[in-house]
Amino acid sequence: MLIFEHSSQGRKGAPQSPVEKASVSAIPENLLRKKSAALPEVSELQAVRHYTRLSQKNFSIDTQFYPLGSCTMKYNPRACNSLAMLPGFLNAHPLTPDEQNQGFLACMSDLQSMLCEATGMAAFSLAPMAGAQGEFAGVAMIEAYHTSRGDVERREILVPDAAHGTNPATAVMCGFRVKEIPTLANGDVDLDALKQAVGPQTAGLMLTNPSTLGVFERNIEEIAKVVHQAGGLLYYDGANLNAILGKIRPGDMGFDVIHSNLHKTFSTPHGGGGPGSGAVGVAERLIPFLPLPMVTQEGEQYRYLTAKDRPQSIGRLSAFMGNPGVLLRAYIYMRFLGREGMVRVAEFATLNANYMMVEARRRGFTLAIDSRRASHEFIITLKNEARNYHVSAMDFAKRLLDLGYHAPTTYFPLLVPECLLIEPTESEAKEALDGFMDALEQIKQEAETNPEILHAAPQTMPVKRLDEVRAAKQLDLAYKAS
Amino acid sequence: MSEVPSELKYTKSHEWLRLEDDGLVTVGISDHAQELLGDLVFVELPEVGTDFVAGDECCVVESVKAASDVYMPISGEIVEVNEELADEPEIINSSPYDNGWLFKVKPSAEELDDLMDADAYQAEIAE
Amino acid sequence: MPFIPHTEQEISQMLQTIGADSIEDLFDEIPAHLRAAALEAVPVGMTEMEISRLMHQRAEKNTKALCFLGAGAYQHHIPAAVWEITTRGEYYSAYTPYQAEASQGTLQLTYEYQSMMTALTAMDVSNASMYDGASSLAEAILMAVRGNRKSKSRKILIPSTVNPVYRQTAHTIVKGQQIELVEVPYDAATGTVTLELIKQQAEADITAIVIQQPNFFGCLEAVDEITDWAHENNILVIAVINPLAAALLTPPGEWGQDEASKGADIACGDGQPLGAPMSAGGPYYGLLCCKQALVRQIPGRIVGRTVDLDGKEGFVLTLQAREQHIRRSKATSNICTNQGLVVTASTIHMAIMGAEGLENTAAACHASNNSLVEKLSAIKGVKKAFSSVHFHETVLQLDAPAAQVLKALMQKGILGGFDLSLDYPELGSAILVCTTEMRTEEDIVAYATAMQEVLAQPVNDIASLQESA
Repeated sequence: MLIFEHSSQGRKGAPQSPVEKASVSAIPENLLRKKSAALPEVSELQAVRHYTRLSQKNFSIDTQFYPLGSCTMKYNPRACNSLAMLPGFLNAHPLTPDEQNQGFLACMSDLQSMLCEATGMAAFSLAPMAGAQGEFAGVAMIEAYHTSRGDVERREILVPDAAHGTNPATAVMCGFRVKEIPTLANGDVDLDALKQAVGPQTAGLMLTNPSTLGVFERNIEEIAKVVHQAGGLLYYDGANLNAILGKIRPGDMGFDVIHSNLHKTFSTPHGGGGPGSGAVGVAERLIPFLPLPMVTQEGEQYRYLTAKDRPQSIGRLSAFMGNPGVLLRAYIYMRFLGREGMVRVAEFATLNANYMMVEARRRGFTLAIDSRRASHEFIITLKNEARNYHVSAMDFAKRLLDLGYHAPTTYFPLLVPECLLIEPTESEAKEALDGFMDALEQIKQEAETNPEILHAAPQTMPVKRLDEVRAAKQLDLAYKAS
Repeated sequence: MSEVPSELKYTKSHEWLRLEDDGLVTVGISDHAQELLGDLVFVELPEVGTDFVAGDECCVVESVKAASDVYMPISGEIVEVNEELADEPEIINSSPYDNGWLFKVKPSAEELDDLMDADAYQAEIAE
Repeated sequence: MPFIPHTEQEISQMLQTIGADSIEDLFDEIPAHLRAAALEAVPVGMTEMEISRLMHQRAEKNTKALCFLGAGAYQHHIPAAVWEITTRGEYYSAYTPYQAEASQGTLQLTYEYQSMMTALTAMDVSNASMYDGASSLAEAILMAVRGNRKSKSRKILIPSTVNPVYRQTAHTIVKGQQIELVEVPYDAATGTVTLELIKQQAEADITAIVIQQPNFFGCLEAVDEITDWAHENNILVIAVINPLAAALLTPPGEWGQDEASKGADIACGDGQPLGAPMSAGGPYYGLLCCKQALVRQIPGRIVGRTVDLDGKEGFVLTLQAREQHIRRSKATSNICTNQGLVVTASTIHMAIMGAEGLENTAAACHASNNSLVEKLSAIKGVKKAFSSVHFHETVLQLDAPAAQVLKALMQKGILGGFDLSLDYPELGSAILVCTTEMRTEEDIVAYATAMQEVLAQPVNDIASLQESA
C-alpha cells in the first residue's frame, strides 16, 4: 500500500511547520501555484509506521549477509553515523567563513593526508560525489594534462573488457574514444594486445586492480611501462581497493590518477543506492588539475583552496564540496582503523574470500579462474548447472533470498557466463561464510533433483518475481490519484 | 533454430534487407537477433528524411536487459518508418521479417550485392 | 581488532582449509618489491571513546552564529522522525535495489519519492535523484542536447542569474562534449532576465534555455513569457527550482500560457530544502524531472510499478538499458550512484509535512525575508538592489565593503549573508541575505541591530577589524 493510499483529505497533525500561512500578497498571482501539490495527507504516526514497515521489506548489511561482489558490503559502524551527525557539523552552512569552520576543515585535511598515505599518491581532492564522478574527474585531469602540454592528439582511452561499465561511459563523457583491451583466461590483461593498441593517440588506460575477475594483475609493472612509454597516463579504478589496502599502493604500482570509493573501502553507508564518495588522488605532475574545492593547512589554520590558488583545475563538480557528511563518516572509520587496522582490512577480506573460494571448489562448484589466489572476491560460474539442469545464475540468486542471504552480484563481469561474483568482506565471521556455502550447496542439490524450486524462488519475500517487461513497456513511474 | 529466409540479404550486425519492387529497401533485425535480445520493450526509430551512410548507427532496439544499436546496412535516405513499433515493439519478437520491419530506405549507392546472402548469414550465426 | 570478528582458532582453521601457512601467503601473487611499508603517516587506531571525544571537540569549533546565509543551502526545520527512520539499518546499510524482491522497501519508497516530486513540480517523470542541484543541471543540459533533435547547434542559453557555482559545475561536466554555454546578462533594475536580453543572445538555432526560479538573487523571473517564447522557437526549457518554493510558486510543469506546449521540458534543482541538513555542503540530492517525451533521455535510476507472478503489486528498477552497466560507452550518463539515503529522508519529510506544511513553510520564509529586508533597508547605508519581487533571498547594497561588514557581523554572532562581489563585481558592495522559517522576529531584530552598530562605525574602523581578525 502506498503512502498516498493512506491519505485522507484534510488530515494533518504535523507540528513541524507554521500553522498559519503568512501573507504572500507581494507575489503576483500568475507566479503563484493554483492548486496545492497532490502530496499525501497523513498523520506523523501514519508516516512513521508506513516507512518503518517499508524498511522491513529490505535486506541490508545490518540484517543479512550481503556478499555483493564489487560492492564491498562491510559493516558500517554506528559511531561513524552518530558522530558525523553532531549538531556542530549538521548546522554548518557550506559557505561559512573558513575561520568559523575549522573543526570540519581539520577533518577534511586529515582525511586527504590519510588517503594519500594509504594509496601512495601525492595529493587528494574529496570533491567527487561518487565513484563515477571520481572517474570523470580523473579522466578530465588526464585530458587537461595532455592539453596543457599541447599534446592534443591523444583522444583515445584504453579500457580492459572486464572493466566496470562506468569506465567506458566516463571516457565518452569526457570526449574520448574508447578502445577495449581483451583479458586472458587467467584474468590478466592481454599484454600483447595492449602493446598493439597503444600509440600517439593514447591518452591513458583505465584499470581496476585487482580486476573485476577477482585476481591481482600480475603484469602491472609491465603494463605501466607500456602505457607510460607511449605517453599515456594510468588510471586506477579504486573499486577493489579493499583487497590491497596497506599491502600494495596504487602509487607504487605506477598509477598517475586514482579514485577511491569511500562507500566501499572506507565503510560509508550505501544507503539504498547512495550517497557515495569518489575522492581522487594524483601523482605530483597532475596536482594542478585536481577538482575544487580542496582543503589546505597553513600553520594551525585550514582553508579551502579556490580557483585563484589552482587556475588549472578542471573545476567544480558540485555546488559545494562533494558529500561532506559521507567524508566525515569515512574519516571517523579511518581513525578507528588506524595504520594497523587498514592492513587488517585487506588481510581478512582476502582470507574470507580465499576460504570461500576453496570451499566452493570442494563443494563441486566451477570457479571462473581456478588456478589463482582470490583477491577480496571470486567468481563461480554456473554454466554447467545451466546446461545440465536448466537453472540460471538468476535462479540461484533468487533461491538464496529464500534462504536468508542477499545474492552475490550476478551477470557481472559480463565476460563470465552465468556468474556469481562473491565478496564476503572482512567483517563477516566464519560461521556466516559457512552458512552461506551450505546454502549454495543446498541449492545446487535442489537444482539437480528439483529445479522447479529454483525457478519458483523466491517464495518467502514480500513479492515473487516481478514482471520487468511489463515495467519497461507499460511505464508506471509515478502514482496518479484516480 | 532461428529462421533465415532465403530471399533476404543480411549483415554481420544482424540486420536483414529486402529489395522491394519500387526500388526501396526494407530493413529489420533478424530472428536470431530478436532471440538474443529477448522481449523488446522499446524501439527508437530514425526520423524520416534523414540521410545515412552505410555503417551509421540509426536506430536502437531495447529489451529489459539490453539495448542494441541498429546499423544502417546501406547508404541512403529514410523514407518510411514502422510507426506501429512505437506502441507494440513486441511485433519484432513475433514477426521479425514481416510486421516487425523497422524502416525503408531509398538507396543512394549500389551496395546491396555486397551483403551476405542467407547461406552466408546462416553460417555466420552458426559459429 | 576493530570490526574484524575472527578468533585465532578460526584463522588457523581457515588457513588450513585454504592450504596456506599464513595470511601473508595469500598475497604471494603481488610482486614483493612493490609491497607497501607500514603506513606511517596514518595515525594509530582509536577507541570509540577517543574518537567520540575528538569529534565532539571538532564539532564544537564550528560556529553557532545565527544563519542568514543561503545561496544554495538553507537551514530549515526537519521533523525529528525524518532522520530517526532514515538511519534505520534497513535503509542505511542496503545497497542499490538490484535484487528487487529483497529490496521492496527502498524500491517502493523511491517510487513514492518520484510520485511526490512529480506532484510538486507538475512534471510527468522524475528519476530516483542525481548527486546535487549543480550536477543535475549539467545532466539536464546533456539531456536537452540529446532530446532536442530539431536543434543541431548544441548551444545553451544560461542567464547570469543562475547560481554561479551551478554554471561552473555545468561547464566542468559538459565541456568535453562540444556544448556551448552562452551567458545572458540580467536587467540591472530588476535583477531578472528579460525576453529582450535573451533575444539579443539568441541566434537562429538554440538547443535549450536555463531559467532559475527563484533566481540566484532571490528574484522571481517571468517564467511564463520566457517558456512560451522558447517553445515557439523550438528551444527546450530547463527549469532550475527550489523544491520548497515550488510548493508555493507556479511549478515548472505549468510554466507558460500556451496550453499546447505548457511547462518546462526538464526541471532540476537541489532537494536539500526538503529534509537534508546543511551539513557543511552535503550530502544533498539533485532532483531531475522531465516531460514524458524525454523519458528515455533521463539519466540515472528510475523505479517502476509492476506486478509479480501472482499479479501482486511490486516495484523494480526499470529503463535500465539506458544505464552504464548495460550500455557502457553509449549510456545516457556514467552515473550509477544516486543519493538514496537523502532521498529517503526527503520522502519522509514530504509525507510528514504535506503540501500544506511545505506551502506554509515557504510562505513563512518569504514573509520573514520581507521583514528582514524592511528592517535592514531602513538603516542608512543599506539599500535593496533590485525592484522585483523575491522569494526568501534579497540582494542588498552596502555603503561599506561587504567582506568587512560580514566579518564584523560574524563577530556579533550573525552569519550575515553571501558576499556577491566576486561573482557580480558590477553590483559593488552587495550581499545576498536569506531567511527561512527558522528565523524569528527576534533573530531579525538582532540582525538589524547588529547591522546598525557595524555601519555606525567609520569605514576604516570596519576595515581595521578585518586586518586584526
